[in-house]
Amino acid sequence: MSIDINRVSKRFGSFVALDDVSFTVKQGELLALLGPSGSGKTTLLRIIAGLEEADTGSVLFDGDDATRRNPRDRGVGFVFQHYALFRHMTVVENVAFGLRVRPRGQRPTDADIRARVKELLALVQLDYLGDRYPSQLSGGQRQRVALARALAVQPKVLLLDEPFGALDAKVRQELRRWLRRLHADIHLTSVFVTHDQEEALELANRVVVMNEGRIEQDGTPDEVLDHPATPFVVNFLGNVNIFHGRVQGGKALLGPIAFEYPEHPHTEARDAAGYARPHELDISRTDEGGGLWATITDVRAAGAVVKIEVRDAEGQVIQIELGREQYETIRTIVGEQIYVKPRRVRVFMQ
Amino acid sequence: MTGTVHSHVRGNGHRQRRLTEPRWLRWTLIAVAIGFLALFLFLPLVTVFVEALASGFSAYVDAIRQPDALAALRLTLLAAAIAVPANLVFGVCAGWAIAKFDFPGKNLLVTLIDLPFAVSPVISGMVFVLLFGRQGFLGPWMADHDMKIVFAVPGIVLATIFVSFPFVAREIIPVMEAAGSQEEEAARVLGAGGLQTFFRVTLPNIKWGLLYGVILCNARAMGEFGAVSVVSGKIRGLTNTLPLHVEILYNEYMYQAAFAVASLLAFLALITLVVKTVVERRLAPEAAEAAAPAAASIQ
Repeated sequence: MSIDINRVSKRFGSFVALDDVSFTVKQGELLALLGPSGSGKTTLLRIIAGLEEADTGSVLFDGDDATRRNPRDRGVGFVFQHYALFRHMTVVENVAFGLRVRPRGQRPTDADIRARVKELLALVQLDYLGDRYPSQLSGGQRQRVALARALAVQPKVLLLDEPFGALDAKVRQELRRWLRRLHADIHLTSVFVTHDQEEALELANRVVVMNEGRIEQDGTPDEVLDHPATPFVVNFLGNVNIFHGRVQGGKALLGPIAFEYPEHPHTEARDAAGYARPHELDISRTDEGGGLWATITDVRAAGAVVKIEVRDAEGQVIQIELGREQYETIRTIVGEQIYVKPRRVRVFMQ
Repeated sequence: MTGTVHSHVRGNGHRQRRLTEPRWLRWTLIAVAIGFLALFLFLPLVTVFVEALASGFSAYVDAIRQPDALAALRLTLLAAAIAVPANLVFGVCAGWAIAKFDFPGKNLLVTLIDLPFAVSPVISGMVFVLLFGRQGFLGPWMADHDMKIVFAVPGIVLATIFVSFPFVAREIIPVMEAAGSQEEEAARVLGAGGLQTFFRVTLPNIKWGLLYGVILCNARAMGEFGAVSVVSGKIRGLTNTLPLHVEILYNEYMYQAAFAVASLLAFLALITLVVKTVVERRLAPEAAEAAAPAAASIQ
């Protein structure tokens, strides 16, 4: 099923949760709503599910207006952040719930329900835990029961609210891989909310970055990562060094760094900021031009990546990441003067 | 229920300090508590049964089998049988509204629920007399339509409902608030209707809290004296409840009969206590379980 979000706005009192948001989820897509807390991403998900009503704007399912449709008639599967399993029911009863509450005419027989639940529990690899209660399960197991429960009603779209937020790193990795495989198998249109950029980029076909109730960028993980549309997106998608300065006459002068900037050929000067990720900086012992001299204050060899912290003449801290092998060729020490040169700077005029 | 859980927690947290308190202080405190209980609770209870059986068992049975006593018992059970279900429905509605929705006047509603606790029962009785009595606000209109509330059974039922209505609501509001509304939302998305959600998801989560509230509500409904006394008119065999009947017998110097009937009330109270204890045992593990997932998600 495809979903069209059409100019949706929502306020809670004086707080603007969503401000004129529009985008489309295509059939079969796995889309991530990425943003910090308070950016409106969960509100948007709840509006798609019908758990929250938009103040203005509309939601279309396959082109049909579903804005006022009751959640029970929307054909969505929803996985809640804290799972919201029915605590007085066993795993089997939890998964069977959506089938058991169907009107008599559409309700499968008891045997069919049992077969379907068994199949789903096998899919989430929990068939041996059917008689347990939610309080007897680990976080990862609860998460998978919640998924099985949501899939039991054969939804046309799956919505997941911070699906891996409450889990530890290893379980999260495993579930991520599992969810991606599941999506590849059943091709169910899915939208998940996350504040973890790594999760969004790794899992989704498309990422919608949100901030303060607005969409900052809507694109594939590669687009968002390599061609961020706004300074917010650059900042939010990982560590970044910022160089403040101005652009004028086809040149950028960002503090000590200067380079050609043909995008702004005008003589009038504009304030601008340049962004370079730690792994986009090179260091050397000779002045190669286009960079700056700085003092090394910290070197941390963390696995395959060596993290170097330097301080420039004005005291600004710059973070650099080198591959282990690249670092071995230069082997800096703390206190040493080093020449830092960005390979790539993204410039945003203010 | 919250009381037991709290004292439990407090006990654990302060165990260290309690151990350092001198032995004599501990024993003095325990002795004072037990002595107080014996003097003011246990002794009167024993007296009731001793006095009731003072003239022998057959006199005891005779006193209870008096038509007036049986009529009073019937009326008490009738009033409770109407008041408790009424307050059950009201309590669940109020609890649901307060725990799951935000609306203007919510705080006022919470305060109003406590009103019967705050005012003297005699005043609640007076209010009904002022409303429905012959000289009252609605009195003339009701006389025209041949309705009688004050000094009749409907008045007693109304007064009983009034004084016992906070119990259910007050018990389930905290339980419902703790449960949140996520499970209800999950049920809705999975296709459950309002009633299905209530009976399959909400009710199982609040059932023990609800039962506890019903027990307390019932105890109050059967034992109420003040409010009922004002609206009853004390017509023997017609508008006398058990507590009122005890008072009448006592005022007429029929001590043995008075205590015999009082022992019926004491029995009802004891049964209530036993049921309450059983329910509390069931509530404690469930409260711990409800708290567990929350604790797990914090980690």
